[in-house]
Amino acid sequence: MSSSTGSIAVTRTRPSARQGRDPFLCLAVASSAVIVAFILVPLVEMMTQPTLASLKETLMDRDVIRSIRLSMVTSGAAALIALVFGTPLAYLLARHRFPGKKIVESVIDLPIMIPHPVVGIALLSIAGRNHPIGRLMQAAGIEIMGTVTGLIAVLTFVGLPFYINTVKTGFAEISPRLEHVSRSLGASAGATFFRVTLPLAWRHMVVGGIMCMARAVSEFGAVVIVAYHPMVAPVMIYERFTAYGLKYSQPVAVWLILVCLVLFLLLRVFSLDREAAA
Amino acid sequence: MIRIDQLSVRLSGFSLKSVDLRVEQGEFFCLLGPTGAGKTLILESVAGVVAIADGRIRVAGREVSGLPPERRGVGIVYQDCALFPHLSVAKNINFGIRYHNRSTPAGRAGCRDLIDRLGLASLLDRSVTTLSGGEKQRVALARALATAPAVLLLDEPLSSLDPCFREEIRDLFRSLHRETGLTVLMVTHDFTDAHSLAQRVAILNDGRIEQVGTVTEVFKRPATTVVADFVGMKNVLPVREENNRLAIGGLILPVPRGNGHYRHAAIRPEHIHLAPAVSGALSKLDFQGRISATSNQGFFAEVSVDVSGIILKAVILTSSLLAMDLRQGKAVSLHIDPADIHLF
Repeated sequence: MSSSTGSIAVTRTRPSARQGRDPFLCLAVASSAVIVAFILVPLVEMMTQPTLASLKETLMDRDVIRSIRLSMVTSGAAALIALVFGTPLAYLLARHRFPGKKIVESVIDLPIMIPHPVVGIALLSIAGRNHPIGRLMQAAGIEIMGTVTGLIAVLTFVGLPFYINTVKTGFAEISPRLEHVSRSLGASAGATFFRVTLPLAWRHMVVGGIMCMARAVSEFGAVVIVAYHPMVAPVMIYERFTAYGLKYSQPVAVWLILVCLVLFLLLRVFSLDREAAA
Repeated sequence: MIRIDQLSVRLSGFSLKSVDLRVEQGEFFCLLGPTGAGKTLILESVAGVVAIADGRIRVAGREVSGLPPERRGVGIVYQDCALFPHLSVAKNINFGIRYHNRSTPAGRAGCRDLIDRLGLASLLDRSVTTLSGGEKQRVALARALATAPAVLLLDEPLSSLDPCFREEIRDLFRSLHRETGLTVLMVTHDFTDAHSLAQRVAILNDGRIEQVGTVTEVFKRPATTVVADFVGMKNVLPVREENNRLAIGGLILPVPRGNGHYRHAAIRPEHIHLAPAVSGALSKLDFQGRISATSNQGFFAEVSVDVSGIILKAVILTSSLLAMDLRQGKAVSLHIDPADIHLF
């Protein structure tokens, strides 16, 4: 399959390379360049503006380190929760037809659509004393407002759709026939999942985790409602910006981006390495 | 032995309707039918991987309808082999052994025999993604047989193979079946497979069994127009009674009406013999016609002849076509042996 699509791609690019002056192609390339530049130019500008000295100084700032670390830990926790609870749901959605499936899928996409502050407000509204869940949580000593727990809850909420949709695609790509054969050979549904499905889908799970974590790290609107303190990196960047201006917020942003880049590159490389080995 | 009673499966847009099927112990049975007829669905119902709406399925004398697939004792080999891509050849073959008490010395020896028998000994450490089509089929077969299933289900195992591999795997199936006496239910849409392997066949169309019988029976005496069409009866024509004789349109057939009530006549294209047109009196068995089209298909050629408004299709050797110089518009005479006219 892949080889045939590959050969199609080759035969397609050859004539277009020869006919490089095709006006339609030129237009497509030009508009693509504009879009890529639109994304890259502000980012590169921001990354290069702060001086090395200011970057170094920021790195010495304990508050900055703490906020970036908190961002990473809470987002990582959100990705982990998504992995544990989202994987079964993604599997169900990829494999089974059931009444109301479309509704469940829409529900999963809701966190993408809802304005971010509304997410925070929604979570707080079930955590208060007026709600039975809130009373239950209080009885158990779980506090949402201004706590790490609250941060993780919010980040999980906004990150879940990215994990579930990615992993669902991964499961859907695995032929159900592999599972059928496994069952016919004597493996139970559970054994089939762990011996066949999971080894074939884990790469999608890693990518889903990365997507979920990336989304969680970048969350701001929902976080400021639930927990301004303890301060995650985006909130700190916002605070520095409003209190001291662009110059002071930039270095923090640069460090946040760098840490994210390194982390995600590592994860990507890790998942690709295993792919090559397999 | 497989016994299917009143099996119904409903999917969105397709359903199996009250299918009855019996595959005897040690039989090689082929399920034939056009694409989309529901053949694979029957296999998957027996394997237990699709939900059935109604009916009972027995495998080796045991009711399995309510059992999960892992407890049915049914091996399945899919057309695309469905090998586990993350496992080596050896691990694919051994996948099910731990569930079947075959970790005993005798079981292991059985597996080794199987691996040797299928010529897989040199491939055991290979990744399954690097195998050829024929090798993949042999691994899939070994994997299914390693658990010593009561019946083996084959889902078009030959159709995705190159012609040379196809012959090899077909021979393998035949000798394996002869040696082991395994009950096999194979799905195919290719009559050649059925001819060379099956003792009996069933023709399935649109979720219904049209006919069950030996290959020869179904091939020579199709019971419905769908089956007639499927087995390559190019001439399936409605018949009517006329003065105690049977007629197709204006053609009186050279066969007695008999006692049956017939609605169709079917004639294989190779049973219509063409000769240059003769003048004068015709024998009772002969018709005169005019060629409406010819189509050269390599060794053979199909000739459509218009006989008083009815188109009959004949197949002759291309060399005969050229020798007789048969062209569109040319008059020919047709000879049909009454024994070759199948009425149903």
